[in-house]
Amino acid sequence: MKLRRVRAIALKELLQTWRDPRSLMMALLVPVMQMLLLGYGVNLDIQHVPVCTLDEEGSFFSQALLKRFQASRYFELVEALKRPGDIAGAMDQGRCRLALVVPADFSRTIAQTSHGTLQAIVDATDDNSAALATAYANAVIAGFSANVQAVAMQRQGLPVQPPALVVQSRVWFNEDLESRNFIIPGVVALVLALVGAQLTSLTIAREWERGTMELLVSTPVTPMELLVGKLAPYFVIGLLDAGICLAFALVWFEVPFRGAFTTLLVTTSLFLVVVLSMGYLVSVTIRSQVGASQIALLLTVMPISLLSGYAFPIDQMPAPIQAITYAIYARYYVTILKAVFLKGSGLAALALPVLALVAYAIALAWLAARAFRKRIE
Amino acid sequence: MDAVVRASGLAKRFGGVVAVDGIGFEVSHGEIFGLVGPDGAGKTTLLRMLAGVMAPDAGAASIDGIDVVAAPERLRERISYMPQRFGLYEDLTVDENIRFYAELFEVPPAQRRERAARLLAASAMEPFRRRLAGQLSGGMKQKLGLTCALVHAPRVVLLDEPTTGVDPLSRREFWRILYALRSEGVTLLISTAYLDEAERCDRLALLQDGHLRFCESPAELRARMPGALVEVASTSPREVRAALAPLAGVRSVLLVGDGVHVHVDNAARVPQLEAALSERAIAFDAARVVMPTIEDLFVALLGPGAQAAA
Repeated sequence: MKLRRVRAIALKELLQTWRDPRSLMMALLVPVMQMLLLGYGVNLDIQHVPVCTLDEEGSFFSQALLKRFQASRYFELVEALKRPGDIAGAMDQGRCRLALVVPADFSRTIAQTSHGTLQAIVDATDDNSAALATAYANAVIAGFSANVQAVAMQRQGLPVQPPALVVQSRVWFNEDLESRNFIIPGVVALVLALVGAQLTSLTIAREWERGTMELLVSTPVTPMELLVGKLAPYFVIGLLDAGICLAFALVWFEVPFRGAFTTLLVTTSLFLVVVLSMGYLVSVTIRSQVGASQIALLLTVMPISLLSGYAFPIDQMPAPIQAITYAIYARYYVTILKAVFLKGSGLAALALPVLALVAYAIALAWLAARAFRKRIE
Repeated sequence: MDAVVRASGLAKRFGGVVAVDGIGFEVSHGEIFGLVGPDGAGKTTLLRMLAGVMAPDAGAASIDGIDVVAAPERLRERISYMPQRFGLYEDLTVDENIRFYAELFEVPPAQRRERAARLLAASAMEPFRRRLAGQLSGGMKQKLGLTCALVHAPRVVLLDEPTTGVDPLSRREFWRILYALRSEGVTLLISTAYLDEAERCDRLALLQDGHLRFCESPAELRARMPGALVEVASTSPREVRAALAPLAGVRSVLLVGDGVHVHVDNAARVPQLEAALSERAIAFDAARVVMPTIEDLFVALLGPGAQAAA
């Protein structure tokens, strides 16, 4: 491999990228846009769930319960309904996602039987937030119920017994339980894969389409020189993009970063080799810019956004899907990113996903180097 | 004769179409060897196989004693190939293109500068060194292509229709460069659609339907044309053709710029031709025996009924 030829190809590729507004935008603007879009757009937290109430009793007691909901940061009482028939309308129009119905005999039943029932109706079109909202509602009611019991026992002169078991929970790694902290590190993987594979998917296809390949094939350049020369500039661009993403994550979104930058650099370099080789492989195989770019999109954005675990936890997926995620190269990088950002893990702790990335990098680079034939047919 | 390029039995088919069917020839050192033939005759495929960018289905070829089929990579430095379609980067400037190819061939920078300056001067391209290749005219693109092809000083140059779409002035510059190369001992293979250019070659290969029909010097090809060629200048060439074509001894009538070329079996037929035209009151200036052009040879040797004539 002659360094001089590699350098000539790399310089040429950089010049072409610099002079092509589309590629330049892909390289510099897309990371910023993706970070903002996904950083703000994908938010799995539920807070301020709009709640409608139908208080058929209207007592001090029932109002005290509803005030508890108002006090919780998960809920926001938006409307007091008058008739049961209004509930369906309020939900249909999206005015509320949870409706609480306090029956007219609420206080009386509790006084007589020491059991009370109230109805919570949840809009489960989004099952994930519906489940969370139900859980939070139960927690609010349980708290209220414990309070009522304590007050009643005090009145009868009995000592207040704390519940036998109390869970003292402490949240590690993402103390604020912000889904943004969980998601943003993964967005880095999405951005690098998208940009890296897109740019490289064009690089060989462009030579075929513009008719420059025939001449290139007639020069002494070797397939290996072509591969390295073509990927080197995109590797640099990829690292630059990773820097942009990191700056956004730390400065703009204030995501904690507890790991070492060298760990990030090593693993990001590995991941870039994987996605760049993949884009190159697609480009060599497809030979048309539009086709190659579509295939590259299909191989990156789709599986990464759905199966890498960047936003949707893998251990909550059905077993067969979980099995598939092991084949998704980005899964390992997302695991590494989250661990480096939130847990501050080093390379030793991440040995398994790092080795998986190394295996992918070697395999794809090898395939890419072999795929190109210096022949036209 | 020391042959630099040797080809034998070269064949290539694409699907069911035979593009090149068992072609063999030799080109000697310092020769300008022309490939002529109608579109689809197999010129481009032949040059691609010789340049080592396309593998033949059968046959053998060597350049400078190096097997083109088995070791195309050993050949790269010695040859230069300029494809029919403009193969340079339109988003790079003239200088950047030259530099790119010089670097791929590992030309020392000093040599690159000296050669580029000389070649650009010869093709009147100096003022455009900083212009993007995409903004050059068709002729200038081809001259840039030639400059890039020659910057590593190849011993054998393969040019696929390099002057198609090039203005006459640039074509003349082009050929001046080719002649200069020949005098330096460079061997040139050039395919062309312009038959006046074919006359400039030392030897010609006439291709048709993937077959090599003739491979000789222009003079030898002329000798193959039996009979004589009569040029009739007239303002109404179509009528002249209609009047003369059925006559005895007339093999073919070809419309040319300002008249017709009549291929007859004997120069003594001229008075008969003149009589036939006068009889029908068709105006004509003169009928005289001329040297056949390559185009005439083409029609005579490759045209309909040519096999019978040859």
